[in-house]
Amino acid sequence: MPDSPPTTRPADAALNTGLGRVLLFVYGVFALSASARALVQIATHFSEAPLAYLLSALAGLVYIAATVGLAIGGTRGRRIALTSCSIELVGVLMVGTLSIADAIAFPDDTVWSRYGSGYGYVPLVLPFIGLWWIWRHRPTRPTPDAE
Amino acid sequence: MNGPLSVATIVAALVLAAWFLLRAALNRAPGRAELIATAVLGVLVAVLVIVAVIGLFDGSRPQETATFAGYLITTIAFAPVALYLAKMEPTRWGNLILGVACLVLPVLVLRLQQIASVTVA
Repeated sequence: MPDSPPTTRPADAALNTGLGRVLLFVYGVFALSASARALVQIATHFSEAPLAYLLSALAGLVYIAATVGLAIGGTRGRRIALTSCSIELVGVLMVGTLSIADAIAFPDDTVWSRYGSGYGYVPLVLPFIGLWWIWRHRPTRPTPDAE
Repeated sequence: MNGPLSVATIVAALVLAAWFLLRAALNRAPGRAELIATAVLGVLVAVLVIVAVIGLFDGSRPQETATFAGYLITTIAFAPVALYLAKMEPTRWGNLILGVACLVLPVLVLRLQQIASVTVA
């Protein structure tokens, strides 16, 4: 679509515009809160629940990676975002289940504990929206009709 | 931390959030008024944070001072970052960014109050 006027932007112009920019913001917030929380937990009382806090730190890193992927966009950004959103989905489901099944290993809340209930279940919903958005920007997509 | 300033910030943020989400639902891009409103909210939040920082130096401190400081930095940076992203996004999604920011800000203020209420002499 080289002739489309610059004032109107297609809804799916790029990974890091439109809804992608909203996702970037939300992922950025979670990158900050998850890693800050993990840092405090590891620095002050790591021995209480090492497994939970290491997973907490992993969550922080995953959110940081997703934020970076969404920010840089393009093929590489898409691949980074796809990988981190997939890990995020597995992580929130795994940690969410473990935190309910084994409350002793997870005495302190992390971002993914109880499927992210401490964060309004946004950590549970976010990977689905993220993966859907990335899937919509898959590179093998046939050329869309010009509007 | 529990003063009328916090209440005013929370109410203002929630009212703005409703407005921004409505504008996003109506497929409107953020206009000048929306950007200025966010900037004003950012100033209100900055005043709140400055008051809280001054409060750190008059005797009692939150037990988790490091966490409190982290939240203060996040809170003061929140509105400016949202404003920056919304200016890059002159579509309905710009309003959604502002709306999300205005929904998270009250949570941040409430968390600050929570952390501030557990003090050490």
